[in-house]
Amino acid sequence: MLRKRIIPCLDVSGGRVVKGVNFVNLRDIGEPVEAALAYAAAGADEIVWLNITASRERFRELCEAVERAAEQIDVPLTVGGGISSVEHVRELLLAGADKVSVNSAALRRPELIEEAAERFGSQCVVCAIDARRVGGGWKAFVDGGRTETEHDAVAWASRAVERGAGELLVTSMDADGVQTGYDLELLETITGRVPVPVVASGGAGTPAHLADALEAGAEAALAASIFHDGTYAIEEVKAVCRARGLPMR
Amino acid sequence: MIATFVDYEAGNLRSLRAAFERAGAAVEVTQNPHAIASARLIVIPGVGAAASAMAALHEHGLVQPIVAAARRGAHVFGVCVGMQLLFAHSGEGDVDGLALLPGTVTRLTGARRLPHMGWNDVQPLRAHALASALPATCYFAHSFAVQDADPACVVASTPVERGAFASLVALDRVAGAQFHPERSSSAGAALLRDVVAWASDADAA
Repeated sequence: MLRKRIIPCLDVSGGRVVKGVNFVNLRDIGEPVEAALAYAAAGADEIVWLNITASRERFRELCEAVERAAEQIDVPLTVGGGISSVEHVRELLLAGADKVSVNSAALRRPELIEEAAERFGSQCVVCAIDARRVGGGWKAFVDGGRTETEHDAVAWASRAVERGAGELLVTSMDADGVQTGYDLELLETITGRVPVPVVASGGAGTPAHLADALEAGAEAALAASIFHDGTYAIEEVKAVCRARGLPMR
Repeated sequence: MIATFVDYEAGNLRSLRAAFERAGAAVEVTQNPHAIASARLIVIPGVGAAASAMAALHEHGLVQPIVAAARRGAHVFGVCVGMQLLFAHSGEGDVDGLALLPGTVTRLTGARRLPHMGWNDVQPLRAHALASALPATCYFAHSFAVQDADPACVVASTPVERGAFASLVALDRVAGAQFHPERSSSAGAALLRDVVAWASDADAA
């Protein structure tokens, strides 16, 4: 049976993890390759690297770091953040990323998804959607969640899949950083509308929160702080999920 | 053991190459038809869509050297789309493959969601030199699969909600994995060690 995935997310600027990773009883890890390796060894089903600087120079540093990680880690690696062209996608795939996540640039120019999917296959094109509750629904935000768009997030999710996205990474801007749980209604709504896997993001504070997101229909739950701060180990999260009958690796 | 990687410029070879090196192989990456024709272990990495991958193989004049090497008794191992290319035909772009294995590649049916993305069971159906680490849980990322394969070439299969597909195939010296061994943690590493041993044993024989 296909397992649900638990994914730690590393915020990387150039070649460094911005928020350091503190494993229980271990030193702070600021080197992203080491942090990715440590998470893979600790049971992570996938690693997401979020590039939080978009300059060209930093993009080269990111590619070089991805190359080092890709050679060493033995779980899948998804890279996203500031990807604005098919050339970026190509460079990251050549560096060894298994999947590349696009966000703002794809909302502004949805053909980006189509071009990348046609060239490299849907299975390596992830569309990240930053959603915030507005009125009775959700709007898609861009530029790291700073800019509201006129696009309904749920409708955009469907369109992104029609364009060829093989996976959606759905972040609730309302829940992000608050650690009170994922936006389950958002996850249920989107997973009910699209045929591709959905990764839940934003709001993880406890292992039960990740299990809630997976029960709501997400194929994977992504978290940053609870793992980086050493609050919970990946295996603790998986144990809670297993106890609730979710299929875990 | 030298693993000769077919470089058809369709994408990243880095991860798979590093994983083969960890498994004890020396890796040679080439587009040279002569190097491929004389290789003992040919590895066909797989990325992108079957049609564009086959087109790239044709463009580089690599189809005949691979087929000739297989007929001569070289070991051939394909990964993901590289495994799919071993079969006679793929519905992804309606393209003929290398036809080293009987069967066709079609859009995966019976899965909860497509692409079939994530970790799933690889369940052995019989004993085989490549199955020492099975059963295991391995990483998949694909929408097409082999679901009608001749049982003679299916070493292991993987269940979806309704049905299953061939996840590890082998017939004589031609084999392949639908999952990504380079991304399948210790089980993937064990498979690649098996591949190196499988190709090496025949050298001694």
